[in-house]
Amino acid sequence: MLKKQNIALWLLIAAVPLVAVLPLPDFWIAQLNYIGLYALVCLGLVLLTGVGGLTSFGQAAFVGIGAYTTAWLTLNTGMSPWLTLFVGLGFTAVSALIVGLITLRMSGHYLPLATIAWGLALYYLMGNLDALGKYDGLLGLKSLSIPWMNGDIDIGQGRLFFVLTWAILLAGAIALLNLLDSRPGRAIRSLKGGTQMAEAMGISTFRYKVTIFVIAALFASVAGWLLAHFQRTVNPSAFGLKMGIEYLFMTVVGGVGYVWGAIVGAGLIKLLDDQLQVLLPALIGTSGSYEVIVFGIALVLVLKYLPDGLWSIVARKMPSPPRKVDWQNAPDLPARSKPALGDLVLQVDKIRKQFGGLTAVNDISFNIAAGQIVGLIGPNGAGKSTTFNLITGVLSKTSGRVLFRGSDISALPSRDISRQGMARTFQHVKMIPDMTVLENVAMGAYTRGRSGVVSSMLRTNQAEEQSLMKEAQRQLERIGMGAYLHEQAGNLAMGPQRLMEIARALCCDPALLLLDEPAAGLRHKEKQALAAVLRQLQGEGMSILLVEHDMDLVMDVCDHLVVMEFGTLLTQGTPVEIQASPAVRAAYLGTEH
Amino acid sequence: MDFSIASILLLDGFTNGAVYALLGLATVLVFTVTRVIFIPQGEFVAYGALTLAMLQTGKTPGTVWLLLILAVVAALMELLERWRHHGNAVRAAQSALKTLAFPALISVLSIWAAPQQFPLGVQAALSVAIVTAFGPLVYRVAYQSLEAATPLVLLIVSVGVHFAMTGLGLLFFGAEGFRNPPFWDERFTVGPLALSGQTVIIFAVSLALIVLMWLYFEKSLRGKALRATAVNRTGARLMGISSHTSGQLTFLLAAFIGALSGLLIGPTTTVFYDSGFLIGLKGFVAAVIAGLSSYPGALLGALFVGVVESFGSFWASAFKEVIVFTLVLPILLVRSLRSGHSDEDH
Repeated sequence: MLKKQNIALWLLIAAVPLVAVLPLPDFWIAQLNYIGLYALVCLGLVLLTGVGGLTSFGQAAFVGIGAYTTAWLTLNTGMSPWLTLFVGLGFTAVSALIVGLITLRMSGHYLPLATIAWGLALYYLMGNLDALGKYDGLLGLKSLSIPWMNGDIDIGQGRLFFVLTWAILLAGAIALLNLLDSRPGRAIRSLKGGTQMAEAMGISTFRYKVTIFVIAALFASVAGWLLAHFQRTVNPSAFGLKMGIEYLFMTVVGGVGYVWGAIVGAGLIKLLDDQLQVLLPALIGTSGSYEVIVFGIALVLVLKYLPDGLWSIVARKMPSPPRKVDWQNAPDLPARSKPALGDLVLQVDKIRKQFGGLTAVNDISFNIAAGQIVGLIGPNGAGKSTTFNLITGVLSKTSGRVLFRGSDISALPSRDISRQGMARTFQHVKMIPDMTVLENVAMGAYTRGRSGVVSSMLRTNQAEEQSLMKEAQRQLERIGMGAYLHEQAGNLAMGPQRLMEIARALCCDPALLLLDEPAAGLRHKEKQALAAVLRQLQGEGMSILLVEHDMDLVMDVCDHLVVMEFGTLLTQGTPVEIQASPAVRAAYLGTEH
Repeated sequence: MDFSIASILLLDGFTNGAVYALLGLATVLVFTVTRVIFIPQGEFVAYGALTLAMLQTGKTPGTVWLLLILAVVAALMELLERWRHHGNAVRAAQSALKTLAFPALISVLSIWAAPQQFPLGVQAALSVAIVTAFGPLVYRVAYQSLEAATPLVLLIVSVGVHFAMTGLGLLFFGAEGFRNPPFWDERFTVGPLALSGQTVIIFAVSLALIVLMWLYFEKSLRGKALRATAVNRTGARLMGISSHTSGQLTFLLAAFIGALSGLLIGPTTTVFYDSGFLIGLKGFVAAVIAGLSSYPGALLGALFVGVVESFGSFWASAFKEVIVFTLVLPILLVRSLRSGHSDEDH
């Protein structure tokens, strides 16, 4: 966390008790209490929707689970609300897990659909169960209190409740900010851009999707627990689909990608809602919830003209200062054992890929020894990239085997292959544009760290973070990108972007590096620099498989070439042999008839 | 439960299921062509039923005014956008007028026809025409400029449109519910079953519409163009199929199907301004059963949803909605297990 932002944050934290002692009318304190509760739910949505790219319309249902759990338990068993909070969290976690596990394997729009159905089902369940008081709900809950001296202090109402709610809210916001700036946080931020890159870095995207869905649900559950004891009554209307949609609306208006957007959105919509509920019926002449018209239209307009929400305006004015370099003395990450020079690193044995009737890769076999640079070349459409994807586990093989350092990796998914020390780059650069170069590269070292979500939220992961950043900086400097550490990755030109991908792959501490057209889009000087980097890596014992169209580069750096045409192996040999081969010449230039 | 109750429930389920099937088909259609998950599909149902109810009372339905407002907004958007894009004021005005013409014509016709107390059939046709005119306008105003957005953004837009349309429904129809007269008052008895004329109409119209849709998509060039857009928008555009036109046409069909469904269920239940949502969502559950991609799947899914609902209301009437909507989870589980991998986003 950085100086200027630190000050702002501390001011905000200090403002909470200050507001509580100010002579504000009770009405405004109550408003602020509701805003705090709503913002807590929205915080979860920021993580889920804004950062993770998933959407839930069912957050209100999770609020309901938290609220009804504490209501029923405190009324019927006399349990302390401080215990029922955790029971509610447990129920919420289990139900979010079920919904998440079922839907998150499928494409993105099934989760929102499932949450709509789930929210409706739960709403009707609450409204029809006798034990939960049907649509009247449960009444007569106790206010929250803490034992003090020889009595209880009621902290469930007014100013003290305000302090409690906003303390929880700010703690949640800080935990979220901490999480986003950490190893699991970077993995979560990679979810939105598609799963291929993240999986290639060894990240289980499915696990993280479920994780953030559960975290978002837990935030909602805490809000429900607070709400139940604040209102001292619960009924289904506060937990219906309409409310679920409204939470999403608040978050989108405030800025779905920003933690502080949650609070801005919740505040704005709550105040607007109150005004409209009075104003519109007066204007129209009959009572009714006409505010939904305004909200509906406003939602569409916001998505059209300000898709990043209100906070994006503030965020643009306050660019985040560069990360403080505090990792010079951090210990190095543990390194993998490397194969001895000349050992077989990769054995590709008759791999084959068929798409329906089309054989894209037809029984290709070749080997790579440690310290060797092997080039995979061939005309466009020869199946090079498909071969690449078969080796790295992105695509499943129709038949054939791939051995990596002697062990069979044929059936493994790409993240497990990456964990064994095989790293790759992509033909079309895949990165997280709004993270810095350093953070992007640190993702490559994902498998070499182990800190989890909780330790990241509590910031007990700092030693590991420093080691990760040190490694990322080392790899960037290794390939001559030391000047770009704190640049936003999205601002880089094509050449540096490709080099950044190589640095990211190197961060994984690989024994084999697979580069998919690293020279595409590079200028002449950059290509020469790339060749130098590759040779330097080779000198350090790295094996490299290169798919490339630039023949100068290929002939210059490769020890061995594999030539493909129409999915089949045309020939293989040293660059000199390949240049002399009439078959290769025919494949590239055609034959005379 | 004996056989006669079971058969009554089954018939009841199939009747509702037939309507859900239409809505499920519309949902699948809209999603495949435009990638919009069209939550407000049900609003067209309520609009259709309530427009007819208003015409029955001899008043000009509120939907007409709403239609006019929406048409003016759409025409203004068209005017400004074309003008800014091409700088040709005449062309821009032409295309704005084109947007305005059909809704204006329908509106004038309705204002004239409303007090005349025409026979039910004419009023029904007019109601369908009014609500159908909403389709392209809704697409033009809410979705057209967001064509390139992700399905997720489009889904949130859908929710906004749903909110606005429900609220406007309340504004223009009021909170009162209406039950329309049946189109056919006959009753038949087949064994233990009492078949009403309306039930026969529901089955006949649903079946006819499904066959028509099949013919349209298999045999007509326009239908094939829509299917091409569904498979690959960029490719379709390169072939000269405008994605704007495809989107508006799709929404026209969706609104038509919605309005017709509204007329079909109008006589079987009391329709309120916000009744459409739940009805639409059940069509939606049917579409989810079909993975949002298969028409026959949506049909079978809809009949299944209808039957589950009718048996659910027999055994545990308070929980029938809970049962129907919880159904989505096991369905998604099966789909997820069967697909076995996460879809990579492209």
